[in-house]
Amino acid sequence: MEFIYGTWHWSISGFLIGITMLILTYFGKSFGMSSNLRTLCSMAGAGKFSDFFKMDWREHKWSLAVVLGTIVGGFIAYHFLSNASGVNLNPNTIAQLQTLGIDAPNGKLLPDAIFSIEMLQTPKGFALLMIGGLLIGFGTRYAGGCTSGHAISGLSNLQLPSLVAVIGFFIGGLVMAHYLLPIIFKAV
Amino acid sequence: MKLARFFLTGVFFGIVLTKAEAVSWYRIYEMFHFQSFHMFGIIGTALFTGIIGLQIIKKKKLKDYNGFPIKIIEKERGFWRYIIGGAMFGLGWALVGSCPGPIFILLGTGTYAIAVVLLGALLGTYIYGLLKDYLPH
Repeated sequence: MEFIYGTWHWSISGFLIGITMLILTYFGKSFGMSSNLRTLCSMAGAGKFSDFFKMDWREHKWSLAVVLGTIVGGFIAYHFLSNASGVNLNPNTIAQLQTLGIDAPNGKLLPDAIFSIEMLQTPKGFALLMIGGLLIGFGTRYAGGCTSGHAISGLSNLQLPSLVAVIGFFIGGLVMAHYLLPIIFKAV
Repeated sequence: MKLARFFLTGVFFGIVLTKAEAVSWYRIYEMFHFQSFHMFGIIGTALFTGIIGLQIIKKKKLKDYNGFPIKIIEKERGFWRYIIGGAMFGLGWALVGSCPGPIFILLGTGTYAIAVVLLGALLGTYIYGLLKDYLPH
């Protein structure tokens, strides 16, 4: 049963993600997770302040049902389909993280140095999570999609704008991972 | 229940992304440092599957679940919105290690801290809505 409880092989995982996109296409919808953020803003009444949120969010109920499903899926996978044997990183990565004061995974999905309740209660920890979220929310809506909408759906349909967006994802990601994370974590 | 099939697709997607460890901050860090093939393999295989699937749908002019022809929406033309917006998302993705899908999935794994990321993402989306008309697209 190790093949279920351990890390799923990249080929199986990638295939199933592609299938998810195709299933939604078959249902007559498109695969994109970040547009739900706009729908949620619209539900909360943001249409009063910007026309961008003046939409009938009921037309997007199907997408919110997908979101609700992913939360349940995360719960099931974490509690019933895992045995803490996963996240086996490159030993070089673990050594590098150690120099930044970031704990090794040891089967965890997320580092305590960023996601623990203790960190959450510090101004720096809270600010990191908040700024990350702001960049994700603003950036995905500006770019009109995230990993699912551009990197998977858009590129699968050979869309040039999606290629530009994915290049953008990597420019931002490389700058953060190589230049900013070391500054952020060494300046504790 | 009209929404049940969407909910179940979401459950499936949530399980796959969690078991693929695409929701793991560590995997995103490792990807941006090119220290593992794992994430590249996942994205590459998903793309390979997606490209072939969409080609079949187009060539065979397949009908969707409701019997309508499947329309695949083309992305709007543009450059600045994709490169600037994309880079901003990339900065956030590498900082907190989650894209919008995993933000929701991680809520399900019981990670309370991700609620702050979700709050930030909603706020960021809202700010974009306010500034949209002043930005180059």
